[in-house]
Amino acid sequence: MNALKAKHQRLILIVIALVALVGAGLLAAWALRNQANYFYLPAQMVAAPPEVGQSVRLGGMVEEGSLTTLPDGVTVAFSVTDKDSARVPVRFTGILPDLFVEGSGVVAEGELGPDGVFIAHNLLAKHDENYVPRELQEMDQHQQAAVVEETY
Amino acid sequence: MTAELGLAALWLAAALAALQLIAGFLSVRNPTGELAMLVRPAAIVQGGLCAFAFVVLLYLFAVTDLSVKLVASNSHSMKPMIFKLAGAWGNHEGSMLLWITVMAMAGGLIALVERRLPEKTMMATLGAQAFVGLGFYAFLLLSSNPFERLPQPAPEGMGLNPLLQDIGLAFHPPTLYFGYVGLSVAFSFAVGALLTRQVTPDFARAMRPWVLGAWVFLTIGITAGSYWAYYELGWGGWWFWDPVENASLMPWLAATALLHSASVLAARDALRAWTIMLGVIAFSMSMVGTFLVRSGILTSVHAFAVDPERGSFILILLTLYIGGALALFAVRAGSVAEGERFSLTSREGALVFNNVMLCAILGVVLMGTLYPLLTEAFDVRVSVGPPYFNPVGAIFTFPMLAVMAVGPLLRWRRDTMARVRTPLIAVAAVIVVVLVLVLVLGGAGILPLLGLAFAAGLAIASFLPLRGRNLRRVPLAVWGMVIAHFGVAVALYGMASETAFTKERLAAVEVGGSTEVGPWTVKLAGVEPVAGPNWTAIEGHLQASYDGGKPIELGPQARTFWAPIQETTESVLATRWNGQLYAVIGNQAEDGRWQLRLWWKPWVTLIWYGGMLVALGGALALVGRVREDLKRRHVRARIAERRREAKA
Repeated sequence: MNALKAKHQRLILIVIALVALVGAGLLAAWALRNQANYFYLPAQMVAAPPEVGQSVRLGGMVEEGSLTTLPDGVTVAFSVTDKDSARVPVRFTGILPDLFVEGSGVVAEGELGPDGVFIAHNLLAKHDENYVPRELQEMDQHQQAAVVEETY
Repeated sequence: MTAELGLAALWLAAALAALQLIAGFLSVRNPTGELAMLVRPAAIVQGGLCAFAFVVLLYLFAVTDLSVKLVASNSHSMKPMIFKLAGAWGNHEGSMLLWITVMAMAGGLIALVERRLPEKTMMATLGAQAFVGLGFYAFLLLSSNPFERLPQPAPEGMGLNPLLQDIGLAFHPPTLYFGYVGLSVAFSFAVGALLTRQVTPDFARAMRPWVLGAWVFLTIGITAGSYWAYYELGWGGWWFWDPVENASLMPWLAATALLHSASVLAARDALRAWTIMLGVIAFSMSMVGTFLVRSGILTSVHAFAVDPERGSFILILLTLYIGGALALFAVRAGSVAEGERFSLTSREGALVFNNVMLCAILGVVLMGTLYPLLTEAFDVRVSVGPPYFNPVGAIFTFPMLAVMAVGPLLRWRRDTMARVRTPLIAVAAVIVVVLVLVLVLGGAGILPLLGLAFAAGLAIASFLPLRGRNLRRVPLAVWGMVIAHFGVAVALYGMASETAFTKERLAAVEVGGSTEVGPWTVKLAGVEPVAGPNWTAIEGHLQASYDGGKPIELGPQARTFWAPIQETTESVLATRWNGQLYAVIGNQAEDGRWQLRLWWKPWVTLIWYGGMLVALGGALALVGRVREDLKRRHVRARIAERRREAKA
């Protein structure tokens, strides 16, 4: 027994390590399918809303004139729209990012509430000219393209 | 003229790297030939040339030479001197130059001092080092020349991102680079040993100081980066599972595994192929990290400029090095003789278990980081955050912590659990007591609960290896291990405590009004405009008192920088021995009230003290090992001398 064990120790070690790593990989893959945080545009969220309470991200433009502060002084409500003019109401309790303004892009992290209002836990706005959330950057490009089409 | 001197030095260094590569690999068969004589000097002079080029860049930034493109686009004549200098590496080109400088100097240092290994292995190692270096020279010189001139000198510089104008920046990237580069040296040693089939304890001893050094720097870099994000970003969090953070964590995990397996190889001549493999993986993770951060594939504060050309360049280098090394490993691993054997219950067994756990955590983090890139290929946008990383990582972390408590108590080769039963029962008792205490005293999530309990158990277990020993005769390396393991427990306690007990308060407060968070009462005494060298700000005057005690003055700011124009939130911290109060001021509401966001974070500082302890442990071990090596070398020299005398 001992001799056999000695002879195959390397093999046994490799098998154990492989099993552990493949196990980790499978577990990670399974968890990723469940825990990944999907990105929605307003039109997508209106058409096929995520489950209530599932954490997702919503990206679009802050609608002009929609930003209001609730009486508690720290909660704001606004609407996020996109070029298809679908609209999702959002509520956020916290300090607004430095460059958060109406008519500008935003990515809200949070979940859809039962009343259809998106509860944001975190807002990502354009940080400065060098740091733009990736989705926003592409959105800007789409909009520019749309503007160009309209002008011609 | 100065910039051109720097550029010339870089080209010369690249030429020397090419020479070192060719001469090194040709001399593997004939390590005493004439070509071999060139290899070590080439490495040393290369280090000097790169250091010169880097000093030139520092000089250009110090005098703000606006005819140089890099200076014009990243600096400003009005910046404080320290940020002018830090600006030299606070951008893509400069940081790549720093990388290659550190790498060339490391290569020079090995060439200068490393005499333990067979000369043919050294030739292969230095050849591999030049091979890695050459790729980076090509990258720097062909696609990101730091010394490029503007056709017309700019009237004024464009400034540095204000988020990066912080003393943390002066040290954060260089420390991480020292880490990455140390791992590149370990990689070269691994390739050299594999090429010449000399996977011996001597190889592990030669590689170990580099791994230890890299690991210490990575630890400091990660700890400092975490603290920087904590107070600078104003979100009150210390780890976000941001791809960039993961990019620094993954090499650290691999280096931790490598460090321990190299110790087994050095002490017991076991785990030969495994150590080589980890050497390859550790450097791969540095490269993957660089690729993720620099390619612009992920957006983050760290992605200086989005440039697909650079991304593909790093990807090519990555494939070349990693693919090459893995292919070499596949061909040669079979011919690396099996090392010494050991039973499962032994220190080697525990180390192997934790190596596998570390690799599993590494895999989990890697998959979580790459998954969004993968789904993007199918046009599905996802992001992966704490709900994935925390539980999945914890599944492997807690068994690892448990074995970490036991492992150092076991003997090499073969041991029984019965021998270490008493200390184990004591540690288990501590864990159970803390579990029960926290459960009774108040709710905490399952992970922070386990974290608190394991932290307490590990803190005690980490000192058990000293039990029954004469403390003055304990080698420095053992002290290093004890302190590093204790540091892990301390950091873990801080993380668990912060997660479990943080109190948050968000309120709109009028001037003169006050609010409460945890044991603190915070009064907003006033709000005033203030100005700094290149910014103006709104500053809130807070009077915070702990448990009705004497109030402390705090001044959180909302700053507006004017070069470039940008707003940032400057948080303030009130640190007590048992935690930190974290305060941020927001906008003024229409009714005149100010938004205040306050957190009370019990024991949060332990996270970074723990990280520093881990780094200190690593540094002690490094000093201890290097001293042992020097002693051993001295003894060998004396024996050789005596033999010569005896012959004469």
